[in-house]
Amino acid sequence: MRNLIDIKDLSTEEIEELIAVAEDMIANPKKYAEICHGKKLATLFFEPSTRTRLSFEAAMYELGGNVLSVSSAGSSSAAKGESVADTAKTVSCYADIIAMRHPKEGAPLVASMNSTIPVINAGDGGHNHPTQTLADLLTIWREKGRLENLTVGFCGDLKFGRTVHSLISALSRYSGIKIVLISPEELKLPSYIQKDVLAANGIEFHQTTDLLEVMPQLDILYMTRVQRERFFNEEDYLRLKDSYILTPDKLKTAKADLSILHPLPRVNEIAVAIDEDPRACYFKQVLNGKYVRMALILKLLKEAGTL
Amino acid sequence: MNIDSIRNGFVIDHIPAGLGMRLYQLLGLDTLDCSVALIRNVGSKKLGKKDIIKIDAAIAINFDLIGYVSPDVTVNIIRDGQLVEKKAIALPKEITGVIRCKNPRCITSTEQELAHRFKLTDPEQHIYRCIYCETKASYDE
Repeated sequence: MRNLIDIKDLSTEEIEELIAVAEDMIANPKKYAEICHGKKLATLFFEPSTRTRLSFEAAMYELGGNVLSVSSAGSSSAAKGESVADTAKTVSCYADIIAMRHPKEGAPLVASMNSTIPVINAGDGGHNHPTQTLADLLTIWREKGRLENLTVGFCGDLKFGRTVHSLISALSRYSGIKIVLISPEELKLPSYIQKDVLAANGIEFHQTTDLLEVMPQLDILYMTRVQRERFFNEEDYLRLKDSYILTPDKLKTAKADLSILHPLPRVNEIAVAIDEDPRACYFKQVLNGKYVRMALILKLLKEAGTL
Repeated sequence: MNIDSIRNGFVIDHIPAGLGMRLYQLLGLDTLDCSVALIRNVGSKKLGKKDIIKIDAAIAINFDLIGYVSPDVTVNIIRDGQLVEKKAIALPKEITGVIRCKNPRCITSTEQELAHRFKLTDPEQHIYRCIYCETKASYDE
Protein backbone atom coordinates (compact mmCIF):
# COMPACT_ATOMS: atom_id res chain seq x y z
CA MET A 1 0.00 0.00 0.00
CA ARG A 2 1.35 3.39 -0.96
CA ASN A 3 1.31 6.01 1.81
CA LEU A 4 2.78 9.46 2.36
CA ILE A 5 4.44 9.59 5.76
CA ASP A 6 7.62 11.51 4.96
CA ILE A 7 8.28 13.81 2.00
CA LYS A 8 11.18 11.48 1.08
CA ASP A 9 8.57 8.79 0.31
CA LEU A 10 8.08 10.71 -2.95
CA SER A 11 10.76 10.85 -5.62
CA THR A 12 11.51 14.20 -7.27
CA GLU A 13 9.77 12.85 -10.40
CA GLU A 14 6.64 12.11 -8.37
CA ILE A 15 6.74 15.58 -6.81
CA GLU A 16 6.95 17.09 -10.29
CA GLU A 17 4.05 14.87 -11.38
CA LEU A 18 1.95 16.09 -8.41
CA ILE A 19 2.82 19.70 -9.24
CA ALA A 20 1.79 19.15 -12.86
CA VAL A 21 -1.53 17.54 -11.85
CA ALA A 22 -2.20 20.34 -9.33
CA GLU A 23 -1.54 22.93 -12.06
CA ASP A 24 -3.98 21.10 -14.32
CA MET A 25 -6.57 21.06 -11.51
CA ILE A 26 -6.19 24.82 -11.11
CA ALA A 27 -6.62 25.32 -14.88
CA ASN A 28 -9.38 22.73 -15.42
CA PRO A 29 -11.34 22.19 -12.19
CA LYS A 30 -14.37 20.69 -13.98
CA LYS A 31 -12.28 17.83 -15.32
CA TYR A 32 -11.73 16.60 -11.74
CA ALA A 33 -15.07 17.56 -10.15
CA GLU A 34 -16.49 14.03 -10.01
CA ILE A 35 -13.35 11.92 -10.27
CA CYS A 36 -13.60 10.62 -6.66
CA HIS A 37 -17.37 10.18 -6.67
CA GLY A 38 -18.36 7.55 -4.08
CA LYS A 39 -14.97 7.58 -2.36
CA LYS A 40 -14.46 8.55 1.27
CA LEU A 41 -11.59 10.36 2.97
CA ALA A 42 -11.32 9.88 6.75
CA THR A 43 -9.69 12.87 8.44
CA LEU A 44 -8.40 11.69 11.81
CA PHE A 45 -7.16 14.75 13.64
CA PHE A 46 -6.02 14.03 17.18
CA GLU A 47 -4.47 17.48 17.58
CA PRO A 48 -6.10 20.89 17.00
CA SER A 49 -5.99 22.01 13.37
CA THR A 50 -8.17 24.23 11.28
CA ARG A 51 -6.52 24.79 7.97
CA THR A 52 -4.99 21.41 7.29
CA ARG A 53 -8.18 19.52 8.11
CA LEU A 54 -10.32 21.94 6.13
CA SER A 55 -7.83 21.80 3.28
CA PHE A 56 -8.04 17.99 3.10
CA GLU A 57 -11.81 18.07 3.37
CA ALA A 58 -12.18 20.79 0.74
CA ALA A 59 -9.79 18.84 -1.50
CA MET A 60 -11.90 15.68 -1.26
CA TYR A 61 -15.16 17.55 -1.85
CA GLU A 62 -13.68 19.26 -4.93
CA LEU A 63 -12.82 15.80 -6.27
CA GLY A 64 -16.48 14.79 -5.82
CA GLY A 65 -15.78 12.54 -2.83
CA ASN A 66 -17.05 12.47 0.74
CA VAL A 67 -15.43 12.97 4.13
CA LEU A 68 -15.63 11.17 7.48
CA SER A 69 -14.13 13.26 10.22
CA VAL A 70 -12.68 12.98 13.71
CA SER A 71 -11.62 16.42 14.81
CA SER A 72 -10.24 15.86 18.30
CA ALA A 73 -8.84 13.05 20.38
CA GLY A 74 -11.54 13.68 23.00
CA SER A 75 -14.35 12.77 20.60
CA SER A 76 -12.83 9.50 19.39
CA SER A 77 -12.05 6.05 20.76
CA ALA A 78 -8.51 7.30 21.43
CA ALA A 79 -9.99 8.92 24.54
CA LYS A 80 -10.99 5.42 25.68
CA GLY A 81 -7.45 4.21 25.20
CA GLU A 82 -7.69 2.72 21.70
CA SER A 83 -4.34 2.27 20.02
CA VAL A 84 -3.41 3.99 16.76
CA ALA A 85 -3.08 0.52 15.19
CA ASP A 86 -6.63 -0.45 16.11
CA THR A 87 -7.98 2.91 14.98
CA ALA A 88 -6.31 2.43 11.58
CA LYS A 89 -7.67 -1.11 11.19
CA THR A 90 -11.17 0.08 12.09
CA VAL A 91 -11.20 3.13 9.84
CA SER A 92 -9.90 0.99 6.96
CA CYS A 93 -13.31 -0.72 7.04
CA TYR A 94 -15.16 2.57 6.49
CA ALA A 95 -13.06 4.79 4.26
CA ASP A 96 -10.87 4.64 1.13
CA ILE A 97 -8.03 6.87 2.36
CA ILE A 98 -6.92 8.37 5.69
CA ALA A 99 -5.38 11.75 6.51
CA MET A 100 -4.03 11.64 10.08
CA ARG A 101 -2.71 14.33 12.38
CA HIS A 102 -1.42 13.22 15.76
CA PRO A 103 0.58 14.88 18.54
CA LYS A 104 2.87 11.86 18.84
CA GLU A 105 5.74 11.51 16.38
CA GLY A 106 5.45 8.38 14.25
CA ALA A 107 1.70 7.83 14.82
CA PRO A 108 0.84 8.04 11.08
CA LEU A 109 3.60 5.50 10.34
CA VAL A 110 2.05 3.14 12.89
CA ALA A 111 -1.35 3.74 11.25
CA SER A 112 0.09 2.95 7.80
CA MET A 113 1.58 -0.32 9.10
CA ASN A 114 -1.86 -1.45 10.20
CA SER A 115 -4.15 0.07 7.61
CA THR A 116 -5.41 -1.56 4.42
CA ILE A 117 -5.98 1.84 2.79
CA PRO A 118 -3.49 4.64 2.03
CA VAL A 119 -2.47 6.86 4.96
CA ILE A 120 -1.37 10.47 4.56
CA ASN A 121 0.58 12.09 7.39
CA ALA A 122 -1.15 15.40 8.07
CA GLY A 123 1.42 16.32 10.74
CA ASP A 124 2.92 14.23 13.55
CA GLY A 125 4.10 16.28 16.52
CA GLY A 126 7.24 18.24 15.70
CA HIS A 127 8.36 15.61 13.25
CA ASN A 128 6.97 15.73 9.70
CA HIS A 129 4.27 17.49 7.72
CA PRO A 130 4.75 16.33 4.12
CA THR A 131 1.59 17.80 2.59
CA GLN A 132 2.56 21.25 3.85
CA THR A 133 5.85 20.68 2.07
CA LEU A 134 3.99 19.83 -1.12
CA ALA A 135 2.04 23.09 -0.71
CA ASP A 136 5.33 24.94 -0.18
CA LEU A 137 6.93 23.34 -3.24
CA LEU A 138 3.92 24.08 -5.45
CA THR A 139 4.01 27.70 -4.24
CA ILE A 140 7.73 28.02 -4.95
CA TRP A 141 7.19 26.44 -8.36
CA ARG A 142 4.31 28.78 -9.22
CA GLU A 143 6.15 31.88 -7.98
CA LYS A 144 9.62 31.12 -9.32
CA GLY A 145 9.04 28.63 -12.13
CA ARG A 146 11.74 26.36 -10.73
CA LEU A 147 12.81 24.38 -7.68
CA GLU A 148 16.53 24.67 -8.40
CA ASN A 149 19.04 27.50 -7.99
CA LEU A 150 17.34 29.29 -5.13
CA THR A 151 18.55 30.85 -1.90
CA VAL A 152 15.99 29.96 0.74
CA GLY A 153 15.95 31.55 4.19
CA PHE A 154 14.18 29.79 7.07
CA CYS A 155 13.38 32.09 9.98
CA GLY A 156 12.08 31.49 13.51
CA ASP A 157 11.61 28.13 15.17
CA LEU A 158 13.86 25.79 13.23
CA LYS A 159 14.12 23.30 16.07
CA PHE A 160 10.53 22.19 16.48
CA GLY A 161 9.21 23.45 13.12
CA ARG A 162 8.23 20.25 11.31
CA THR A 163 7.38 22.18 8.12
CA VAL A 164 10.94 23.49 8.10
CA HIS A 165 12.45 20.02 8.48
CA SER A 166 10.33 18.56 5.71
CA LEU A 167 10.92 21.44 3.27
CA ILE A 168 14.69 21.40 3.87
CA SER A 169 14.67 17.66 3.25
CA ALA A 170 12.72 18.12 0.00
CA LEU A 171 14.82 21.02 -1.29
CA SER A 172 18.08 19.23 -0.55
CA ARG A 173 17.40 16.99 -3.54
CA TYR A 174 17.54 19.88 -6.01
CA SER A 175 20.65 21.46 -7.46
CA GLY A 176 21.89 24.96 -6.74
CA ILE A 177 19.98 25.29 -3.46
CA LYS A 178 21.47 27.50 -0.75
CA ILE A 179 19.91 27.44 2.71
CA VAL A 180 20.10 30.28 5.23
CA LEU A 181 19.04 29.37 8.75
CA ILE A 182 17.90 32.34 10.87
CA SER A 183 16.94 31.56 14.46
CA PRO A 184 17.77 32.23 18.11
CA GLU A 185 20.40 29.87 19.54
CA GLU A 186 17.76 27.85 21.42
CA LEU A 187 15.71 27.16 18.30
CA LYS A 188 18.44 26.22 15.83
CA LEU A 189 17.95 23.49 13.28
CA PRO A 190 18.75 20.13 14.95
CA SER A 191 22.33 19.12 14.27
CA TYR A 192 21.32 15.76 12.79
CA ILE A 193 19.38 17.54 10.03
CA GLN A 194 22.36 19.79 9.36
CA LYS A 195 24.58 16.73 9.08
CA ASP A 196 22.36 14.01 7.61
CA VAL A 197 20.35 16.20 5.23
CA LEU A 198 22.26 19.36 4.38
CA ALA A 199 25.89 18.25 4.64
CA ALA A 200 25.13 14.75 3.29
CA ASN A 201 23.61 16.24 0.14
CA GLY A 202 26.34 18.85 -0.28
CA ILE A 203 23.91 21.72 0.31
CA GLU A 204 25.54 25.04 1.09
CA PHE A 205 24.09 26.46 4.31
CA HIS A 206 24.72 29.30 6.67
CA GLN A 207 23.43 29.92 10.21
CA THR A 208 22.79 33.33 11.68
CA THR A 209 20.73 35.09 14.30
CA ASP A 210 20.46 38.26 12.18
CA LEU A 211 17.63 38.36 9.66
CA LEU A 212 18.53 41.82 8.32
CA GLU A 213 22.09 40.80 7.51
CA VAL A 214 20.96 38.05 5.12
CA MET A 215 17.76 39.58 3.75
CA PRO A 216 19.30 40.89 0.46
CA GLN A 217 20.44 37.39 -0.59
CA LEU A 218 17.10 35.64 -0.27
CA ASP A 219 14.85 34.43 -3.10
CA ILE A 220 12.47 32.80 -0.62
CA LEU A 221 11.87 33.76 3.01
CA TYR A 222 10.10 31.01 4.93
CA MET A 223 8.78 32.46 8.18
CA THR A 224 7.61 30.26 11.05
CA ARG A 225 5.70 30.65 14.27
CA VAL A 226 7.25 29.79 17.62
CA GLN A 227 4.75 27.12 18.65
CA ARG A 228 3.55 27.16 22.25
CA GLU A 229 2.46 23.50 22.03
CA ARG A 230 6.04 22.31 21.35
CA PHE A 231 7.39 23.69 24.64
CA PHE A 232 7.30 21.83 27.94
CA ASN A 233 8.21 25.07 29.69
CA GLU A 234 6.00 28.19 29.37
CA GLU A 235 8.87 30.49 30.40
CA ASP A 236 10.98 29.39 27.44
CA TYR A 237 8.05 29.95 25.10
CA LEU A 238 7.41 33.48 26.37
CA ARG A 239 11.11 34.35 26.14
CA LEU A 240 11.44 33.21 22.52
CA LYS A 241 8.06 33.85 20.92
CA ASP A 242 8.82 37.35 19.65
CA SER A 243 12.33 36.62 18.40
CA TYR A 244 11.62 37.56 14.78
CA ILE A 245 8.81 39.78 13.62
CA LEU A 246 8.78 40.68 9.94
CA THR A 247 7.79 44.28 9.31
CA PRO A 248 7.75 46.43 6.13
CA ASP A 249 10.93 48.16 7.39
CA LYS A 250 12.84 44.89 7.46
CA LEU A 251 11.92 44.23 3.83
CA LYS A 252 13.62 47.42 2.56
CA THR A 253 16.76 45.56 1.53
CA ALA A 254 14.95 42.49 0.20
CA LYS A 255 14.87 41.53 -3.47
CA ALA A 256 11.95 42.87 -5.49
CA ASP A 257 10.97 39.31 -6.40
CA LEU A 258 11.37 37.80 -2.94
CA SER A 259 8.60 35.33 -2.06
CA ILE A 260 7.51 35.30 1.59
CA LEU A 261 6.07 32.00 2.70
CA HIS A 262 4.58 30.93 6.02
CA PRO A 263 2.85 27.64 6.82
CA LEU A 264 0.28 29.56 8.95
CA PRO A 265 -1.31 30.15 11.35
CA ARG A 266 0.67 33.26 12.17
CA VAL A 267 0.52 34.95 15.52
CA ASN A 268 2.52 38.15 15.17
CA GLU A 269 5.66 37.09 13.31
CA ILE A 270 4.52 38.75 10.08
CA ALA A 271 3.02 42.22 10.47
CA VAL A 272 -0.44 42.46 8.89
CA ALA A 273 0.84 45.42 6.80
CA ILE A 274 2.93 42.95 4.78
CA ASP A 275 -0.21 41.16 3.55
CA GLU A 276 -0.61 43.89 0.92
CA ASP A 277 2.96 43.49 -0.32
CA PRO A 278 3.03 41.58 -3.62
CA ARG A 279 5.87 39.48 -2.21
CA ALA A 280 3.56 37.96 0.43
CA CYS A 281 2.63 34.47 -0.77
CA TYR A 282 1.25 32.81 2.35
CA PHE A 283 -2.41 32.97 1.43
CA LYS A 284 -1.60 31.69 -2.07
CA GLN A 285 0.19 28.87 -0.26
CA VAL A 286 -3.08 27.95 1.51
CA LEU A 287 -4.89 27.67 -1.83
CA ASN A 288 -2.01 25.76 -3.38
CA GLY A 289 -2.18 23.37 -0.43
CA LYS A 290 -5.71 22.39 -1.33
CA TYR A 291 -4.82 21.70 -4.97
CA VAL A 292 -1.73 19.67 -4.18
CA ARG A 293 -3.69 17.61 -1.62
CA MET A 294 -6.27 16.95 -4.35
CA ALA A 295 -3.47 15.72 -6.61
CA LEU A 296 -2.06 13.56 -3.82
CA ILE A 297 -5.42 11.97 -2.89
CA LEU A 298 -5.97 11.17 -6.55
CA LYS A 299 -2.52 9.63 -6.95
CA LEU A 300 -2.76 7.45 -3.84
CA LEU A 301 -6.29 6.24 -4.64
CA LYS A 302 -5.19 5.35 -8.17
CA GLU A 303 -2.13 3.49 -6.91
CA ALA A 304 -4.26 1.62 -4.36
CA GLY A 305 -6.49 0.47 -7.24
CA THR A 306 -9.49 2.23 -5.69
CA LEU A 307 -10.03 4.44 -8.74
CA MET B 1 43.72 -18.39 35.10
CA ASN B 2 41.90 -21.64 34.37
CA ILE B 3 38.33 -21.75 33.17
CA ASP B 4 36.65 -25.03 32.34
CA SER B 5 35.97 -25.66 28.67
CA ILE B 6 32.41 -25.52 27.45
CA ARG B 7 30.26 -28.54 26.46
CA ASN B 8 27.27 -26.75 24.97
CA GLY B 9 27.19 -23.00 24.72
CA PHE B 10 28.94 -19.93 23.37
CA VAL B 11 32.20 -18.08 23.50
CA ILE B 12 31.81 -14.42 22.67
CA ASP B 13 35.27 -13.39 21.60
CA HIS B 14 37.05 -10.24 20.45
CA ILE B 15 34.92 -7.94 22.59
CA PRO B 16 36.77 -4.63 22.82
CA ALA B 17 38.21 -4.31 26.33
CA GLY B 18 35.75 -2.60 28.65
CA LEU B 19 32.59 -3.61 26.77
CA GLY B 20 32.37 -7.11 28.22
CA MET B 21 30.52 -6.10 31.38
CA ARG B 22 28.05 -4.00 29.41
CA LEU B 23 27.32 -6.90 27.07
CA TYR B 24 27.05 -9.24 30.06
CA GLN B 25 24.38 -7.02 31.59
CA LEU B 26 22.47 -6.32 28.36
CA LEU B 27 22.32 -10.02 27.50
CA GLY B 28 20.93 -10.68 30.98
CA LEU B 29 23.68 -13.20 31.75
CA ASP B 30 23.51 -12.30 35.44
CA THR B 31 20.13 -14.05 35.59
CA LEU B 32 21.39 -17.43 34.27
CA ASP B 33 21.90 -20.51 36.45
CA CYS B 34 24.62 -22.00 34.25
CA SER B 35 28.35 -21.26 34.38
CA VAL B 36 29.17 -17.91 32.83
CA ALA B 37 32.64 -16.41 32.71
CA LEU B 38 33.49 -12.82 31.93
CA ILE B 39 37.20 -12.46 31.35
CA ARG B 40 38.48 -8.92 31.08
CA ASN B 41 41.62 -7.42 29.58
CA VAL B 42 42.90 -10.58 27.92
CA GLY B 43 45.94 -10.02 25.69
CA SER B 44 45.03 -9.89 21.99
CA LYS B 45 47.24 -9.60 18.88
CA LYS B 46 44.41 -7.87 17.02
CA LEU B 47 43.00 -5.57 19.71
CA GLY B 48 45.83 -5.27 22.23
CA LYS B 49 43.35 -6.12 24.99
CA LYS B 50 39.97 -7.77 24.71
CA ASP B 51 37.15 -9.16 26.83
CA ILE B 52 35.72 -12.67 26.44
CA ILE B 53 32.43 -14.12 27.67
CA LYS B 54 31.88 -17.87 27.98
CA ILE B 55 28.39 -19.25 28.52
CA ASP B 56 28.00 -22.94 29.29
CA ALA B 57 24.40 -23.37 28.10
CA ALA B 58 22.72 -23.40 24.68
CA ILE B 59 20.55 -20.41 25.49
CA ALA B 60 18.85 -18.14 22.94
CA ILE B 61 21.33 -15.38 22.16
CA ASN B 62 20.25 -12.00 20.79
CA PHE B 63 22.86 -11.56 18.04
CA ASP B 64 21.38 -8.18 17.03
CA LEU B 65 22.07 -6.89 20.52
CA ILE B 66 25.67 -8.12 20.34
CA GLY B 67 26.07 -6.51 16.91
CA TYR B 68 24.65 -3.24 18.21
CA VAL B 69 27.03 -3.10 21.18
CA SER B 70 30.09 -4.35 19.31
CA PRO B 71 29.87 -5.38 15.66
CA ASP B 72 33.39 -6.79 15.47
CA VAL B 73 33.01 -9.65 17.93
CA THR B 74 32.88 -13.31 16.94
CA VAL B 75 30.60 -15.84 18.56
CA ASN B 76 31.88 -19.40 18.69
CA ILE B 77 29.05 -21.89 18.98
CA ILE B 78 30.04 -25.03 20.90
CA ARG B 79 28.08 -28.28 20.80
CA ASP B 80 29.21 -31.51 22.54
CA GLY B 81 32.52 -29.89 23.27
CA GLN B 82 33.21 -29.12 19.59
CA LEU B 83 33.31 -25.79 17.76
CA VAL B 84 30.43 -26.08 15.26
CA GLU B 85 30.24 -22.49 14.01
CA LYS B 86 32.32 -19.36 14.17
CA LYS B 87 29.78 -16.60 13.67
CA ALA B 88 30.98 -13.17 12.58
CA ILE B 89 28.68 -10.49 13.93
CA ALA B 90 27.85 -7.46 11.81
CA LEU B 91 26.13 -4.21 12.61
CA PRO B 92 22.42 -5.11 12.26
CA LYS B 93 20.43 -2.99 9.79
CA GLU B 94 17.49 -2.88 12.17
CA ILE B 95 17.13 -3.74 15.84
CA THR B 96 13.88 -4.49 17.60
CA GLY B 97 13.33 -4.61 21.35
CA VAL B 98 17.01 -3.98 22.17
CA ILE B 99 16.93 -0.32 23.07
CA ARG B 100 14.09 2.02 23.92
CA CYS B 101 13.25 5.37 22.34
CA LYS B 102 13.62 8.08 24.96
CA ASN B 103 11.82 10.83 23.02
CA PRO B 104 8.76 11.74 25.13
CA ARG B 105 7.03 12.91 21.94
CA CYS B 106 7.44 9.53 20.21
CA ILE B 107 4.37 7.33 19.70
CA THR B 108 6.22 4.54 21.54
CA SER B 109 6.01 6.65 24.73
CA THR B 110 2.25 6.19 24.92
CA GLU B 111 1.56 2.97 23.01
CA GLN B 112 3.05 0.40 25.35
CA GLU B 113 2.49 -2.57 23.03
CA LEU B 114 4.49 -1.03 20.20
CA ALA B 115 7.90 -2.63 19.59
CA HIS B 116 10.80 -0.21 19.88
CA ARG B 117 12.51 -0.43 16.48
CA PHE B 118 15.65 1.35 15.35
CA LYS B 119 17.26 1.41 11.93
CA LEU B 120 20.90 1.90 11.10
CA THR B 121 21.18 5.30 9.41
CA ASP B 122 24.94 5.84 9.53
CA PRO B 123 27.05 2.65 9.56
CA GLU B 124 30.31 4.60 9.82
CA GLN B 125 29.28 6.48 12.92
CA HIS B 126 27.26 3.54 14.27
CA ILE B 127 24.10 5.65 14.48
CA TYR B 128 20.64 4.16 14.89
CA ARG B 129 17.41 6.13 14.73
CA CYS B 130 13.92 5.29 15.93
CA ILE B 131 11.83 4.28 12.90
CA TYR B 132 8.87 6.28 14.24
CA CYS B 133 10.34 9.63 15.30
CA GLU B 134 13.93 9.43 13.95
CA THR B 135 15.42 10.20 17.37
CA LYS B 136 19.00 9.01 17.63
CA ALA B 137 19.59 6.07 19.93
CA SER B 138 21.91 6.86 22.75
CA TYR B 139 24.82 4.45 22.92
CA ASP B 140 24.60 4.56 26.70
CA GLU B 141 21.16 2.96 26.72
